[in-house]
Amino acid sequence: MAKFIAKRVFYMFITLFLIATATFFLMKTLPGSPIGSASKLTPDQLAVVEAKYGLDQPLPIQYGKYMLNLAQGDLGNSFQFKGASVTDLIINRLGPSFLLGIQGMVLGVSIGIILGMIAALKQNSFWDYGSTLIAIVGISIPSFVFATLLQYWFAVQWGLFPVALWKDGWMSSVLPSIALAMGPLAVSSRFIRTEMIEVLSSDYITLAKSKGANGFEVAFKHAFRNALIPLVTVLGPLAAGLLTGSLVIEQIFAIPGIGEQFVKAIMINDYSIIMGTTLFFSVFLIFIILVVDILYGVIDPRIRLSGGNS
Amino acid sequence: MTQNLDKNLPSESFKRVTIDSSHAEKISKPSLSFWQDAWLRIRKNKAAIVSIFILCFIIIMAFLGPVISPHDAETQTLTHANLPPKVPGFENLGFLDGVGNLGGKEVDLYEMKNVDTYYWIGTDGLGRDMFSRLWEGTQISLFIAFVAAIIDMVIGVLYGGISAYYGGRVDDIMQRIVEILYGIPNLVVVILMILVMEPGIMAIIIAITITGWIGMSRVVRGQVLKYKNQEFVLASRTLGASNNRIIVKHLLPNILGIIIINTMFTIPGAIFFEAFLSFIGLGLQPPAASLGTLINDGYKLMQFQPHILFYPSLVLSLLMVAFNLLGDGLRDALDPKMKD
Repeated sequence: MAKFIAKRVFYMFITLFLIATATFFLMKTLPGSPIGSASKLTPDQLAVVEAKYGLDQPLPIQYGKYMLNLAQGDLGNSFQFKGASVTDLIINRLGPSFLLGIQGMVLGVSIGIILGMIAALKQNSFWDYGSTLIAIVGISIPSFVFATLLQYWFAVQWGLFPVALWKDGWMSSVLPSIALAMGPLAVSSRFIRTEMIEVLSSDYITLAKSKGANGFEVAFKHAFRNALIPLVTVLGPLAAGLLTGSLVIEQIFAIPGIGEQFVKAIMINDYSIIMGTTLFFSVFLIFIILVVDILYGVIDPRIRLSGGNS
Repeated sequence: MTQNLDKNLPSESFKRVTIDSSHAEKISKPSLSFWQDAWLRIRKNKAAIVSIFILCFIIIMAFLGPVISPHDAETQTLTHANLPPKVPGFENLGFLDGVGNLGGKEVDLYEMKNVDTYYWIGTDGLGRDMFSRLWEGTQISLFIAFVAAIIDMVIGVLYGGISAYYGGRVDDIMQRIVEILYGIPNLVVVILMILVMEPGIMAIIIAITITGWIGMSRVVRGQVLKYKNQEFVLASRTLGASNNRIIVKHLLPNILGIIIINTMFTIPGAIFFEAFLSFIGLGLQPPAASLGTLINDGYKLMQFQPHILFYPSLVLSLLMVAFNLLGDGLRDALDPKMKD
């Protein structure tokens, strides 16, 4: 297990190093100058500004400095927001994004599990087809289309929720959370359905039934717990999906989160925020996938016994 | 009762049946190729068949739509801006009749603006015909998706195939590279690539494919590893077949099913990513339209002109649902474990 974790952490750092390096050099090849009014400055003034930000030094030195700062968690300064530190800008906006992400994930996965369970227990019934339909719609319809529909009907037409305002406390987080939850809901419900059907046809379930356990006991005590374990593996991809979704959904509902800031930075070419957020996203996702892999090894004894090489 | 029967039945009515052993080897069911078998199975899957029809309809309309529409997609007629849908023959039915919302009142906007022509699904904010734009946008979205899926497929199959078939050190090195690339979040790569390149169709395709092939390569590698050591490959090799022959004649047909299924799921993924990029402003630049840019345009006018948002969203959602259902159907149909 320790060897497995060490190997994964090693790969994680290589991946992060590559992303950071690629990000740095891509940033250097981008057209335009990071200095807002470069064309209005005289060459002397330009030289002063460039010296201030270290842009006059040779590329390898800039790269070394950048990597050194990165290792200390310093993502550089924003070009547009009066030189504010990108790390601070990201931290300031973590709250709403985090709240929505957690709410969306919990809501989606828990409803998904319930739907998947019902579908598996009542296979080929109305409930099964209904939950399959919800799952297909959830996978197929992009979250931003779903979000605009929610916004149009629930906020604009019926006025049940605020349209796009982050001041009404929890109420404003309802619609965006639902929009985000659709993806996890669809994926987890289909996943649980397949797993449950497989588990329900295994020998130990037959044994439990033949020993007289009632349907409820079999479904929850014996089948459900085993069907739930593999769900951990899809949490990584689900988190990636949530992140993608959050970019547009925060935009649609005007939520002051990281995604909204990121899209805005793209619009106004604030490269340091773009790069900083990109790195932040990478670290976040890679870390989640690592945790999921380790967690899976910890909770599934079959993997632990085989030495964790699989 | 039974004794009665015994007595009444004459022994002549019984005949000895001989078992002809030559029939034991006879195949009673007509011999079907893998694809005929798959077709038989997919034909029973209603959702997949409906999806095929929907996809055919959308693909045909994507090419036919701009031609049959009386207006073209680029012409801006500013006096005809923001018109709701109006279809000939629907004037008295209460919908698609050109009546729209203006300052809270229901007004026939065509009458008010003195427009005597029909825009089947209305016009956008610059007076361009939405019908033509919608299908031209669909065309571009489909083009991006298909090209991206084909590139993903080719690179993925080659990479995974070479890695697995040659094995050993080649496999080791190729798999370490994949392991590192696999860790990079898709979203991050796509956005970085888009920022560096000139915005446009090519940029989107490159951005989608740059890490998109990895999934395919992993699947293909797994399959080739599974088949390459099986007896039929060994037999062929013993008979002196070249590497090329083994790959083309023995391995490829066996993994073709899984390649097709994977490609079927890549297409909706690519459609989604294109729409997503266009929606956050990294996609196509105007006047070019794709489903994503149309939805983005429509979103800005959602409150007043819902039709501009509605139709592109509908086509996008239908495309995604149909491709996913067809992919599901194909997965079931091409699975050789499911025979009937």
